[in-house]
Amino acid sequence: MSLETSNIVLETKDLGIGYRKGSTSQVVANGINLNIREGELIAVIGVNGAGKSTLLRTLSGIQPGLNGQVLIDNKQITNTDPAELSKNISLVLTEQLISKNLSVLELVALGRQPYTNWIGRLSRNDLKKVMHAIKLVDIENIRNKKCHELSDGQFQKVLIARALAQDTSLIILDEPTTHLDLYHKAYVLKLLQQLSRETKKAIIFASHEINLALQLCDKMLILKDKKALFGKPEELIKSNSLNDLFPGHLIQFDKESSSFKIK
Amino acid sequence: MLNQRKYSIALILLFLAVIVTALFNISLGSVQIPVSEVTSALLGFDVEKDTWKYIILNYRLPKAITAIVTGSGLAVSGLLMQTLFRNPLAGPYVLGLSSGASLGVAIILMGASVFGAAFASILLSEWSLVIASSLGSLLVMFAVILASVRLRDTMAILIIGLMFASLTAAIVSVLAYFSPASQLQQYVFWSYGSLGNLSWEEVYILAVFWLAGILISIASIKNLNSLLLGEQYARSLGTNIKRNRFMVIIATSLLAGSITAFAGPIAFVGLAVPHLVRQIIPSSNHITLVPAVIFGGAILMLICDTIAQLPGSEYSLPINAITSLIGAPVVIWLLVRKRKFNF
Repeated sequence: MSLETSNIVLETKDLGIGYRKGSTSQVVANGINLNIREGELIAVIGVNGAGKSTLLRTLSGIQPGLNGQVLIDNKQITNTDPAELSKNISLVLTEQLISKNLSVLELVALGRQPYTNWIGRLSRNDLKKVMHAIKLVDIENIRNKKCHELSDGQFQKVLIARALAQDTSLIILDEPTTHLDLYHKAYVLKLLQQLSRETKKAIIFASHEINLALQLCDKMLILKDKKALFGKPEELIKSNSLNDLFPGHLIQFDKESSSFKIK
Repeated sequence: MLNQRKYSIALILLFLAVIVTALFNISLGSVQIPVSEVTSALLGFDVEKDTWKYIILNYRLPKAITAIVTGSGLAVSGLLMQTLFRNPLAGPYVLGLSSGASLGVAIILMGASVFGAAFASILLSEWSLVIASSLGSLLVMFAVILASVRLRDTMAILIIGLMFASLTAAIVSVLAYFSPASQLQQYVFWSYGSLGNLSWEEVYILAVFWLAGILISIASIKNLNSLLLGEQYARSLGTNIKRNRFMVIIATSLLAGSITAFAGPIAFVGLAVPHLVRQIIPSSNHITLVPAVIFGGAILMLICDTIAQLPGSEYSLPINAITSLIGAPVVIWLLVRKRKFNF
């Protein structure tokens, strides 16, 4: 089954994102049209303040859009009940956890909450999914450690495992590579690529790692001047969409090597 | 698997400790009654002396039950507030419940000098303190719930609770300023807290509120666990943040409000027990923490009450002083010894 004919997981139609204050609204970006299919890895890029986080919050249903539609598994996101939505979308955020006193296993197991009973008891099937998620991101050796004992790179993997355990068709990550060294940045993004291939989940993440994203992603969404450009990396490069992403006096995009270079 | 088995053993031990401390609590006092006699009296068998049986069933058992209910109820409210407000300093009274209660009681006890003597004579009956303190707590509780429905930010509720506390404290000090010494003393005695003055009737009423509060707390366990990740994650896991917040506030109000009404504003237990328990059972999972805190609160309160009645003597000390005198050094010792703060 080729990617182009597989099911659409997330779709936006003429979506406008931003903030409402009383009767006025502050538009962050407008006219966003994208569709994300099973097994695709999508990067959202843009300068600081371009609206990456706002977009991700709108796509995950935390924040309402200003206009247009977000469809998740063909359902309008605004009409979907949070309990139902939790079976469609899982998140990895930059928000600090309240308690890092949970063990890795306990934290990953919290991903099963949408499926557990009133008191959160894990069934055999839940445990199986938790162990599978732990295996997929290769953290079996640290599964009994407390989260505060982990390095940033390990902890990011744990959060990704938690999202996997939630067993949703879409995973949204907000800047999963911040605070990581170059190796771990590449590692995490490569892991996301692998996971999208193996699990057929759609994965969308915001990142400043444009050079890495260009090499690993199936498609990219560039937020610039309140507009969104969506397409495959090579198409975006060909159409010069990356050239004026940053102010031009310091760095510029080099088409030969598909990366940004210092002038 | 999830360390659950190891923790269930700890929970069973804690439960046994509740029973043992309860037996000692009933056995010790101005009159010493052997533990074996206490056990047979409680199981309905004959006891050596009839007076012992009378003392146990009419004085010491209701007091022990009150200690269990207040200790566990306040400890659970403390845990709920600490998780809800993501703040290790939160306790059952951060919502201003005890301030509301003390305002109600202060108006009853000291209002006479301000509003006239006729006012006081109408209100001073056996139940007046309980009713006044409940009304005070209810007033503050409704104000906080009203605010919590309108507010999006959970932290703002914490500040509002604190504001209500200083507001009521200010009114109480104005009342105290104009009150004669005898009434002031009555108020001070109330604020010391007391477990021993409850009739069986009152114990039943308190127990019903306690049960309701505990059941709501147990029903919130799953949502509280999701809150450990933060509100955004909790929402993405399907938790209804506002409904959960409402449930937690109701549970705390039922528990802390009814306890304050019947036993006075008992300090420290609610704040300290969750920390004590986290040092013994290093888990953040509420499935383990809620029962552990219930047992831990009961144990601490029973021990404190046993000490407060100064076994073998005619005197007893205010329970509020003992909870802090015993509890504070234990918390400090545990934190220093482990050098690590579990939250």
